[in-house]
Amino acid sequence: MLFLPCPWCGPRDETEFRNGGEAGVAYPTDPDALDDAAWAEFLFVRANPEGWFHERWVHTAGCRQWFSVERHTVTNEIRDPRPIGDPA
Amino acid sequence: MSGTRLAAGGGRIDRSRPITVTFDGVTYPAYVGDTLASALLANGVRTVARGIYSGRPRGVAGIGIEEPSAYVQVESGVGEPMVAATVVEAYDGLRASGLAGRGRLLDGPDEARHDHVHTHCDVLVVGAGDGGMATAVAHGGGRVLLCDAAPTLDDSTAREVAALPEARALSRTTVVGAYDHGYFVAVERRTDHLGVVSTTVARQRLWHIRAKQVVYATGVHERPYAFPDNDRPGVMLAGAAAVYARRYGVRAGDAALVAGAHDGALRSALDLADAGVRVALVVDARPDVGGDEVDRLRERGIEVRTGFAVCGTAPDTDGGVAAAHVAPVDASGTVVGDRETVACDLVAVSGGPDPSRGPQRGWGARPGTPAGAGTPTGDPNGVGAAPVALFAVRVPGDETAAERTFLDLQRDATLADVERAVAVGMRSPEHVKRYTTIGTGADQGRTSSTVTLGVLAELTGTPLADLAPTTRRPPYVPVSFALLAGRDRGGLADPERVTPMQPWHVTHEVPFEDVGQWKRPWYVPRDGEDIDTAVRRECRAVRESVGMMDASTLGKIELQGRDVGVFLDRMYTNMFSTLKVGRIRYGVMCHADGMVFDDGTTARLTEDRWLMSTTTGNAAAVLDWLEEWLSTEWPELDVRCTSVTDHWATIALAGPRSRDVLAALAPALDVSAEAFPFMSVREAEVADLPARVMRISFSGELAYEVNVPAWHGLGLWEAVLRAGEPYGITPYGTETMHVLRAEKGFPIVGQETDGTVTPQDLGMGWAVSKKKSFVGRRSYARDDNLRDDRRQLVGLLPDGDRVVAEGAQVVADPSAPMPVPMAGHVTSSYWSVPLDRPFALALVERGESRHGERLYAVDGVDAVPVIVTSPVFYDPEGERRDG
Repeated sequence: MLFLPCPWCGPRDETEFRNGGEAGVAYPTDPDALDDAAWAEFLFVRANPEGWFHERWVHTAGCRQWFSVERHTVTNEIRDPRPIGDPA
Repeated sequence: MSGTRLAAGGGRIDRSRPITVTFDGVTYPAYVGDTLASALLANGVRTVARGIYSGRPRGVAGIGIEEPSAYVQVESGVGEPMVAATVVEAYDGLRASGLAGRGRLLDGPDEARHDHVHTHCDVLVVGAGDGGMATAVAHGGGRVLLCDAAPTLDDSTAREVAALPEARALSRTTVVGAYDHGYFVAVERRTDHLGVVSTTVARQRLWHIRAKQVVYATGVHERPYAFPDNDRPGVMLAGAAAVYARRYGVRAGDAALVAGAHDGALRSALDLADAGVRVALVVDARPDVGGDEVDRLRERGIEVRTGFAVCGTAPDTDGGVAAAHVAPVDASGTVVGDRETVACDLVAVSGGPDPSRGPQRGWGARPGTPAGAGTPTGDPNGVGAAPVALFAVRVPGDETAAERTFLDLQRDATLADVERAVAVGMRSPEHVKRYTTIGTGADQGRTSSTVTLGVLAELTGTPLADLAPTTRRPPYVPVSFALLAGRDRGGLADPERVTPMQPWHVTHEVPFEDVGQWKRPWYVPRDGEDIDTAVRRECRAVRESVGMMDASTLGKIELQGRDVGVFLDRMYTNMFSTLKVGRIRYGVMCHADGMVFDDGTTARLTEDRWLMSTTTGNAAAVLDWLEEWLSTEWPELDVRCTSVTDHWATIALAGPRSRDVLAALAPALDVSAEAFPFMSVREAEVADLPARVMRISFSGELAYEVNVPAWHGLGLWEAVLRAGEPYGITPYGTETMHVLRAEKGFPIVGQETDGTVTPQDLGMGWAVSKKKSFVGRRSYARDDNLRDDRRQLVGLLPDGDRVVAEGAQVVADPSAPMPVPMAGHVTSSYWSVPLDRPFALALVERGESRHGERLYAVDGVDAVPVIVTSPVFYDPEGERRDG
């Protein structure tokens, strides 16, 4: 079970959180301006690296705030927690 | 007679406290401090169990969790279906019996109490092996937690623990799993050794530990080497035989053959001789053995043959060892000379030490995990490394030898099994493990995995170092489900959510339906009615007079802020910002892929306060969804979401007489159609309670939902019952609600939808705005959503009286060759009282253009003819609702 660094509450057990997938995938400003391929890319395609991965979590059983971390998908090492919107 | 109790010695037993234990119906003397295995050995009991497939007699072969063969069923105390005799602590009255590989589940429920404990520490010391505590101190000390499986700590470790201000030691505690980020799980056994069943003292505790650092001092396990007929009772690990003498004052045999390939075996031979065992012969497979141990053995008149190995055993009448065969072997363990026979009742064998590599590798912790990468300490048992690799002795010319050479006693798997695996092309240790089942027993192959790797290396000509050991997975030792559950049993297994009206329903013996964690009234039978009779009566009451239902479980989210209207425009497919205060609108919510996620009504209570209702099961998911968009995409919007599901109790009042009932309950409220129109909300006193009344309808009838603060829920329920009495008001449940809404063609998210259904598929294109952007809109222009063969919601009228099964496949031609093309499936299916016939809802390819067509619903083996219709069966003009 991961030990996740909530930027507001401090480190807590993974069971208090929900994973939100890849971070930094913004909702397109004007979806209608995208062609089908670009919209499908937004909807369905996410990075799946072996190594460092920028991902989102939400502290559902705590402060209910969203934040992002970098997690190493092989070792589960975690670094650089920051609130959503805080530029990396 | 083989094993005996020595006249003196045995540091772990208390000779002043004699007890008795019963095994296979025979009662034996023992002492406090014995294990079941040491007690049996002390009493000369050699055959403890049987091979799971071979049925061959098996005895005690080890001394701890590595034990591969002496498995028993504990019948006294709490009982335990299958456990190694070597880890069962003896107590007065212990009863157990031997097993042939499989235990029996206990008859009754496990009434013992099990607890969970959560803790943090700076350093976790796994095992009190040599140097564990010292290493912990070297790591900075701080809060140190030591877990060790033994009943007590040795004196020096206890002193080390006492010297640290924040150190804590847990005995009888085994760390069973190591996971990410320094998370460990350990099992503490607290009462099994007492033989009592307590409902107040936890039998076991499951420790959840977060450790900044970990020190592994788990020591080593001794491995045997394999030879023909090596499974007979009397064949034992040499180190185990020596420790039985030292720790329990038990001589495991009268005359021993000690067989090894490293100095540790020679030391065990000396220990056995010290304990009074007649060591008949020592054979060491190494051709040249120097050193102190050989000299000391020879000084005692014990013959040591080098370049020799044990190559077989002869049985006594019970199948135990009566003699051992020894012969010269070459470096591969193949017999190269004549064999000799040595009379003995104990074959003490040792192939070398294996680090108990569980915790460090492949034991839950991934390689490279920072906090899980611990520091193993040295060689606590002093067995030393084994440079010579002897894994299995082969006897040329003996055709059946390999079949009798057991590598894994627990799985009854032999050298011949591994040879077969290699012969059919297996090379990977993981494949061989699965083909032979070696290492899959409760002992996790502690005595067999290295031996098997060695044999595999020889058979495939692969260097041993190139063969990765098979992955070991937690738990490190067996853990009971009762412990994992802890106190989360029965009513505590999962939270049960109940409404304020629940007590009335319980009193009236109403059956409940589980919806998520909620208990919802299912139907409300009278005089022993069955469900069909009750539901038809309830449906008739709502259609003809008035019914009432507890609707408190629907999710309720209050949204506050200046921008709620704008926000809802983006989240719902239809427009909300134009909604006037006091009015209600139905909305459909979709994910970005355009598929229906939830639906419900939202009321505008004031300019900047809105109340959203969600489906019962989706309330938490909808709140998460709203908050996610507000937090991550539109933090500039002034919107706050609060779950108020539990704060309001809700009664749905439905039927043509519902207005009369409401009028009686709320004399100050103008309930006329003009003053209180459909889809509007009013604050009012209802039954003298502060209430919020919404005129909405899920049944198609004139209907209201009365909301009061939750603590008034039961009072309101009883008041509505009284006020409705003149109209024969009828409480109903979820089943009737489902029938009534289906007659109106109202879909239920999760029943008519499955994450692949758009609002348009449900015939709700009218609720999808063309004027504004919302989450999911772009997806409706995707090719897949423009296909003309999408499945669309339709009604079905089956022939005859049969209510077809929900989930039934809909096909155009049941006699078509298989596979019969599927046109869709039935999503809801009921008997309709007003139609006086069965009906169904279904998702059918091009369904909207197929009204009137005959299709077939395949219900079991029958293809029931159905006519496709509009999904709205009842009052399509909505006159009753607007009444």
